[in-house]
Amino acid sequence: MIAFDNVAYNYGGGELLSEVSLRLAPGSFHFLTGPSGAGKTTFLKLAYAELLPTAGRVTIFDREVRGLTRDDVALTRRRIGVVHQDVQFLDHLPLAANVAMPLMVSGRTGDPRDLTDLLQWVGLGQLGDALPPQLSGGERQRAALARAVIMGPDVILADEPTGNLDWEMSLRLLTLLVELNKMGKTILVATHDLNLIRTAKNQVAARVLRIRNRRIQLAGADL
Amino acid sequence: MIRRLRLLVTPDRQADRVVPPSGHSAWLTGFTAGAMTFLAVFALALSLASGRLADRWADALARTATVRISAPAEQMEIQTAAVLAVLSTTPGIASARALTPDEQKALLAPWFGPDLPLDALPLPQLIEVTEAPEGYDGEGLRQRLMAEAPGAVLDDHSRWRRPLATAAARLNLLGGLSLLLIGATMAAMITLAANASLAANAQVIRVLRIVGAQDDYIAAAFVRRFTLRALAGSGIGALAGLIGVALLPPVDEAGGFLTGLGFQGAGWLLPLLLPPIAAAVALLATRAAAFRKLRELP
Ligand SMILES: Nc1ncnc2c1ncn2[C@@H]1O[C@H](COP(=O)(O)OP(=O)(O)O)[C@@H](O)[C@H]1O
Ligand SMILES: [Mg+2]
Repeated sequence: MIAFDNVAYNYGGGELLSEVSLRLAPGSFHFLTGPSGAGKTTFLKLAYAELLPTAGRVTIFDREVRGLTRDDVALTRRRIGVVHQDVQFLDHLPLAANVAMPLMVSGRTGDPRDLTDLLQWVGLGQLGDALPPQLSGGERQRAALARAVIMGPDVILADEPTGNLDWEMSLRLLTLLVELNKMGKTILVATHDLNLIRTAKNQVAARVLRIRNRRIQLAGADL
Repeated sequence: MIRRLRLLVTPDRQADRVVPPSGHSAWLTGFTAGAMTFLAVFALALSLASGRLADRWADALARTATVRISAPAEQMEIQTAAVLAVLSTTPGIASARALTPDEQKALLAPWFGPDLPLDALPLPQLIEVTEAPEGYDGEGLRQRLMAEAPGAVLDDHSRWRRPLATAAARLNLLGGLSLLLIGATMAAMITLAANASLAANAQVIRVLRIVGAQDDYIAAAFVRRFTLRALAGSGIGALAGLIGVALLPPVDEAGGFLTGLGFQGAGWLLPLLLPPIAAAVALLATRAAAFRKLRELP
């Protein structure tokens, strides 16, 4: 699905990520962890072509990102659901319209019942008409997940999806991600919450990637 | 290309809502398009009227001249014959003809009324001269006339008509230039308004980009909005301008000097072309601004 080949990235200062080589196989579930500022968000941005690697190759759906036009990038993003760290909505439109936004911009008309089902699935069935600024942090995170999956993407990338949620809400979100994985989606969750990872390992065969000294390595049992 | 056109014309109310209704740039665009079109109607009227005037003066300049003979009654016939003889042998003159008393009377009627006792007045005899295409030597003719008929004066109209014809042609040019400047100003102001709107909606654009919207889609949401506003504003401006021109006081026909700032016949339809042009200007300006902005975003 997504492959990194000896990738390096820097924002203009020192190198942030070096010699990153890995492959997200279809149907896999990965966590990406590391201290704050280690480069988790940067890695995700490389994985959905918001950033281009300064060295090496990133391949998304068998296409090298450097060869993608702006329109290709837009089309690629319809196949990758992203839950952003700072969830962004169109604050003047109701939640339901925001969740359906990916359908709208790609000229598709989804079944309204599917939208209702989706909102219900993330526990926001009653809030379809609410404006995003009226929602709590947890509700926004779940709405972001709903928006990320509405196009039926093959891959879901989540950046600190439980960042500002209490434990109970975090578990609920994790459950949704595990359900998606059981439906065959490839999942990558960036988080610094080790408790969440430990809990998840009881539910799904998740692998843990760790950023250390600018490299990304597979973590063993030493979490 | 076809997809772009379709994006632009399909009334996609949903897609239009992705850009929040913004007060400022909205009415600024409509107002600018309206005001500029209003001005453009007058510039157009000026340009057309001065064009007509320039044509008429230039035509009159080229075509006719008059010889006026003022002489005592007993001399009149001899001098008239002498003048006609000179004219008939002057190269570059197609024909010359003494006006009949009736014709002279008709010329004077507007000033003195129809019951003029022509015979009682010492009127000059007028000779109408029609120039051949190659033209004649005015100064040479003047000197020959002085020698043959001391009472004859050649009035080739050029002394007072030429500056007018030049002025009318210049006005015509200025009218056209004004139209261009008005169009350019409108494009500039709409670009500013579009840039302001794009900057104010940077967050919206980012979100749309995140959820997989292509540049065409995002640009179209802005372009459609500005184009429709410009079209509406310009429509109102054109209507107001037309009413303004129609209400200009009619010019005295007998004066004939100024043909009046207005439209004639099908000319009244020309200002109706302005709103589509304004819309096209808005479309191009907004589209250019939108794509410039979008390319700054990942
Ligand atoms: N746009 C940027 N320009 C310059 N430096 C950046 C930019 N974005 C992030 N950084 C820096 O890169 C480092 C990694 O950031 P990030 O990938 O967000 O880490 P994480 O998500 O693991 O907390 C941080 O030190 C951050 O300050
Ligand atoms: Mg981060």
